[in-house]
Amino acid sequence: MHKLLTDQPGATMVLLGNEAITRGAIEAGVAVATTYPGTPSSEISLNFFQISQESSLYFEYSTNEKVALEVAAATANSGVRSMCVMKHVGLNVAADALMTLAYVGVKGGLVIITADDPFMFSSQNEQDNRYYGKLSGLPILEPSSVEEAKNMIPYAFELSESLQEPVIFRTTTRINHSTAPVTLGAIRDRVCKGDFTKDPFNYVTVPAVSRKLHVKLLANLDKAAELSETSPYNFVSGSGVWGIVCNGVSFAYLCDALRDLGIQDKVKLLRIGFSHPMPSKLIKGFLGSCEKVLVVEEGEPYMEEAVKAFAQEAGLTLPINGKSQQDAGSTFGKDLFWRPGFSRLYEFNPRLVRQVVAAYFGVPCKVEPMVDLSNVPEIPQRPPNLCAGCSHRATFYEVKKAAEGLSTIYPTDIGCYTLGFLPPLSMGDFLICMGSSAGTSCGFSKVTDKKVVSFIGDSTFFHSGIPGLVNAVFNNHNFTLVILDNGITAMTGHQPNPGVDMGLMNLQGYGQISIEAVVRALGVPHIAIIQPYKVKKSIETLREAFNFKGVSVVIAQEMCTLYAKGFKKTKSRSYYISDKCQNHRDCISQLACPAFFLDAEKVKIDPVMCSGCAVCAQVCPENAILPIKA
Amino acid sequence: MSEITRLIIVAVGGQGNLLSSSVLGEAALLAGIPLRMSEIHGMAQRGGVVESALVFGNAQSTIISDGEADVLLGFEPSETLRALNKCNARTVVITNLSPLPPFTVAIGKGVYPDIAELQQIIRAKTARLIALNAVDLAKTAGNVLSVNMVLLGALIQTGILPVTADHVKQAIRTKTKAAFVDINTRAFDLGFETASRQ
Repeated sequence: MHKLLTDQPGATMVLLGNEAITRGAIEAGVAVATTYPGTPSSEISLNFFQISQESSLYFEYSTNEKVALEVAAATANSGVRSMCVMKHVGLNVAADALMTLAYVGVKGGLVIITADDPFMFSSQNEQDNRYYGKLSGLPILEPSSVEEAKNMIPYAFELSESLQEPVIFRTTTRINHSTAPVTLGAIRDRVCKGDFTKDPFNYVTVPAVSRKLHVKLLANLDKAAELSETSPYNFVSGSGVWGIVCNGVSFAYLCDALRDLGIQDKVKLLRIGFSHPMPSKLIKGFLGSCEKVLVVEEGEPYMEEAVKAFAQEAGLTLPINGKSQQDAGSTFGKDLFWRPGFSRLYEFNPRLVRQVVAAYFGVPCKVEPMVDLSNVPEIPQRPPNLCAGCSHRATFYEVKKAAEGLSTIYPTDIGCYTLGFLPPLSMGDFLICMGSSAGTSCGFSKVTDKKVVSFIGDSTFFHSGIPGLVNAVFNNHNFTLVILDNGITAMTGHQPNPGVDMGLMNLQGYGQISIEAVVRALGVPHIAIIQPYKVKKSIETLREAFNFKGVSVVIAQEMCTLYAKGFKKTKSRSYYISDKCQNHRDCISQLACPAFFLDAEKVKIDPVMCSGCAVCAQVCPENAILPIKA
Repeated sequence: MSEITRLIIVAVGGQGNLLSSSVLGEAALLAGIPLRMSEIHGMAQRGGVVESALVFGNAQSTIISDGEADVLLGFEPSETLRALNKCNARTVVITNLSPLPPFTVAIGKGVYPDIAELQQIIRAKTARLIALNAVDLAKTAGNVLSVNMVLLGALIQTGILPVTADHVKQAIRTKTKAAFVDINTRAFDLGFETASRQ
C-alpha cells in the first residue's frame, strides 16, 4: 500500500512538503487530481499517479495546465472533490480557464496548487502568484510549514465548498522541498461519481450570463473576506508594541529570529495564511495596537501594500515597512551583513530575517562572522549537463554540422535540452516560456535573413508547441523545427505525455499520439525523421531540411537514455579510446559527454558512465574510439 | 542557540547523500529529537550539486544561512570547499578526499583545486577538519556505493549531532536495503574509527 494511504489517525510520519500536500488531499477525500508536471510541484502529482494505480482516485497527466484545470473544473462542477496541480508559471497557461471559472464557480471542492519558486531554483521567472487572487477574485491560502500544508488542504476543500469557488493554494519551493514530521489525520471517504445539473444561464458564459456571474463573484469575495477575518490560519502570536505581519516560510524564520534576538515579549506576529482577501478588520486592529510594523514576505510587496492601505483607511500613521527601504529611517537597512533590508528578489533566509528585524526595531544582533573566503582558489563550476549518451547531444552536434556556413538563430524550449545552450554545444539563443520555440521562430525568420532552427521536446510540443507550428504553416513562415522526441517527459522526472508508450510502464487504457502523424496532418510541407545516434545520415537529412524554403520539421527519435536504463536488461557495450588517439579532442571539445575525462592529458572514457551510444566513435577523426570487446 | 544543531550536506548527484539524510531523519526520530530538513536537488540526475540542510532541535527554519552551519559534511572535496560560505570559525568540517572532477575541468574551463591545499585552507578557517578517503573505506567495507555510510560514521564520531551511533545503526537497518545492511554498518564503523584517529 502507498504510504500516504496509511489509515492511522494520530500516527507521525516524516514527509516531504509535497507528500504532505498529497496526504492532505487524501484526508480530504479528493477523487480527481489533474496536473502538468513542473518543479517544485512534481512530487505531489507523482504521489497521486502512484496512488491512482491502487485506489479509486482518478489522476491524469494532462496535456497542459489549462487542460488540467478545465478537466478539474468539470469534475468539480459535477460535485466531485478535485485538485489541480502545477508550478507557478503553469497558472499563466491555465489563467484563461481560471479567470472565468471564478465567475462560474464550483459545486464540489476544487483546490488549485500553484508552487511558486522564489530564487528560480528551476524556473524561468519568480512571479508572485498571490496576485492571481486579486486578478481572479479567488481565495488564496498559504502554509508556513510542511505540517501546516497537510492540515490546510482539507480546510481549503471546505472553504471551496462553502464559497462554491475554487481555492488557490500557494506554496513556495521551501515548503514543497522541506521534510518534517507530520501527524496523520482521518481519511474522509472518497466519492468518485457525481452528476452535472444543467443550468446554462449560470454555466454558459455569454455576456448576459457573465454580467450576472460577476455580481455573484463579488458577493462571494465579500463572504470570503468575512471568513478571512476569523480564519484559524490568520492569527496573532506573542505580545508587545512592535508588530510584524508575515506569511509562508518567513513565519518560521521569524519564530527563530525573535527567540535568537530575545525579543519575543516585545514583538507580536500576525501570520497571514488566508492571504486573499486580506482580513482588513484583523489587520486594522493589529496596527492599532502597534507603534511600528514590519511586513515580512518573500516576493512582491503584496501584503505591504494592503497593510498600508488599511492603515490609511483606519487613519493610522505608524511606520510600516517591508520592501520600501527609501523611507525607512536612519537605522533600517544599514550595516547589514548581506543585503540592505528586504528585497523583491530571490528567497529569504533565517539570518537575513533576523538581521532586518534587529535593524528595524533597533535591537542588537550578534552576527557570527562567515569564514573569510578571499584566499579560496577558484573552484571549477559544476553545471548540470546532458547525461552521458543523451541523444539531444548528438542532435545538437548534427544540427551544428549541418548548419556550417549558415548564419543561424536557435530558439529553444523548456526541457533537458535547454541545457544545450551551455558551451561547448551552445545550441540555444532564445527562450521565454513553454512552446515559445515555434512561435518565436516565426518572428525571427520574418525579420532577419538568418536561418532559424528551433528545438522543442515531445512533451513541450504537445503542451503548447502545436499552435506555433499551425501558425507557421498557415502564415507560411520559413524555419526548421527540430522535435526532440525522447519518448518521455524527462526533465521533471520521467512523467508520461501524450506521445508516450504507456505499455512500457505496464499501464493499459491509454492512447498514444504519433508526433509524425500530427505534423503531417498540420500540412507541414517538409518532414523528416532522424535517428540521432546515426551521425552522418542525420547530418544529411538535416541539411536537406535546412535547404527547404518554408516550414520544415525534423523529428529526432531516440528514447531518453536515463529512462531506457530502466528497461534494458543488459547494457550496451562501453567504448574506450585506443592508441590511435592523436589527442585532437574533438570528442571533448565538440560533444562534451560527461563520460570523458582527462588522465595525464589524454582523453579517457569512464566505462561505467558510457552508455554505448557510439556517437563519439563517429565523430573521432582518427576512428580511435572503439567498443570494449566482451 | 546552543540546543539547535545545523548540518549542511553537499554532494554530487548520485553519491547517495539523500539516503544519508533519510537515515539521519530516522535516527533523529528514534532519538526523539525534532528534525527539519530541506533539499535542493534540481538537476541531480544531470550531474549537478545536491545540497541538504538538516536542522536538529527546536527550530522552525528548514534552511541554513551563510556562516551558520555547525557541521559541514562534504561528499566531494571541491564541493566541500565550495560550501565553505556556510561555515564560521566554530564549524566542524568532514570531507571525503576522493575527487569527482566536474566536466568543466575536462574541457579546460577550470582547474581542480589541489587536495592538500584545500585541506589546509579548510583547517585554517574552521574549528576542525576530518578528511578521509571514503571511497577506499567503502571498498574495504565491501561496496563502493557505501561512501555515504562511511561519511555518516565520521559525522557521528564528532559527537556534535544529538543522535548516537546506535540510533544511526538502527536507522541503517530500517532505511537501507536488507542485502546491504551488513556492508553499510561496516562502512559506518570504518568511518567512525577513521574519524576518531584524526
